[in-house]
Amino acid sequence: MANKIRTALEAIAGLQDGMTIMVAGFMGTGTPEILMDAIIEKGVKHLTVICNDGGLPRGWYSDYDTPRGTGKLLEAGVIDHIIASHVGLTPLVGQGIIDDTMECTLVPQGSLVEKIRANNFGLGGVLTPTGVGTIAAEGKMQIEIDGKMYLLEKPLRADYSLCRASVCDEFGNFLCNKTTKNFNYLMAGAADHNIIATERLVKAGELDPDTFQHSGVLVDMIVEGEKPWQI
Amino acid sequence: MADLKTRIAKRCAKEFKDGYVANLGIGLPTMVSSFLPEGVHITIQSENGFTGLEGSVERGDENVEIINAGGGYVKASPRVNYFDSATSFGIIRGGHVDATVLGAMQVDEQGNLANWIIPGKMYAGMGGAMDLVVGAKEVIITMLHQQFNKKTGVSKPKILKECNLPVTALGVVDLIITEMCVIKVTDEGLLLTELHHDFTVEDVVAATEAHLTVSPDLKPYDISE
Repeated sequence: MANKIRTALEAIAGLQDGMTIMVAGFMGTGTPEILMDAIIEKGVKHLTVICNDGGLPRGWYSDYDTPRGTGKLLEAGVIDHIIASHVGLTPLVGQGIIDDTMECTLVPQGSLVEKIRANNFGLGGVLTPTGVGTIAAEGKMQIEIDGKMYLLEKPLRADYSLCRASVCDEFGNFLCNKTTKNFNYLMAGAADHNIIATERLVKAGELDPDTFQHSGVLVDMIVEGEKPWQI
Repeated sequence: MADLKTRIAKRCAKEFKDGYVANLGIGLPTMVSSFLPEGVHITIQSENGFTGLEGSVERGDENVEIINAGGGYVKASPRVNYFDSATSFGIIRGGHVDATVLGAMQVDEQGNLANWIIPGKMYAGMGGAMDLVVGAKEVIITMLHQQFNKKTGVSKPKILKECNLPVTALGVVDLIITEMCVIKVTDEGLLLTELHHDFTVEDVVAATEAHLTVSPDLKPYDISE
């Protein structure tokens, strides 16, 4: 069996300037911080980032002077295009749009997750009533089914997905605690290369298989060393 | 201002029935859960991925793995269930949320809602709002009746004939609760159903651009326990 365990820098060795990545997490919760740090250390730029939001900016926590999650990538200036549902907490996105250094595509949160799921699970897209009659419908095909209008939301592809597990076995079966699940169970498997950074790594068979909620088949590489967020 | 928001939250709480599943927006809508009538227990859905949000948490008792959709640390009820974002929005879009309470920048006579973007000024993103208002069985807007401009000192109506900001969704609003009154959105337009005793019908009409029909059964705005 191929060994999936890597260091953070080994895992993103193939990540090049201009690539597209998916980053899991909701305002930083459930985002693999060690992979954010590795991207900045490696120095790749001009990324397209698919994520729910821009993470948290520096100073969000009064006593913690660091950005969090995708907020780190924003601060490092490595994002050319962010595809997200909410960027209101991270003024760097608004500033990037004004300065014309960044593109931002806003997608309703429920549609964003379905676009990712569609790519992961072999669907040509999904039909959703969300966004009909709004800016979010611009450029999208509208389809009427049984008298109700839907938007066709097409799959979103990516070169890498970066996810975070609470517990992961060496095959990649994983579990995300509580509200750290969010996009992790959808993004893992949705990209060409799928990386899990985990807090705890266990041997296959060490824990009851029912512990795990997601299949290691969807995981290509595993990085150990995520820490619980400190407040 | 705080008193007015409390008034609105208290009135909104009376809309909830025992057993409701509700999604409450950040800010004023979150306050609603503090004023539920006796015997009314609801399950709060948080779109970042759980049902069973129980309120804010004391500093020092935070669990870094339990946040709400505003990124704040919160408490979970014993019947909590955590899930991923696809399940969360499946619950929302699928009509499994009885009521969603949100703020608004504008609402109009057709029940159209604008609460996510001011072109050139505010670029936050819709987050889960577009899904919530399309999916929830009942959409309740809680807001101050008018927009007060601090610089000019002028108040402008937010309840309009037609929204002029980009909409969040079309024809989704069921009920508008402000500090002045309660307005139902009906097929025939906006119906003024309750009036707070601090105001007259003329006050409400003057603060509203949209056409209002006064209900023949107009009631006092009731926030009694």
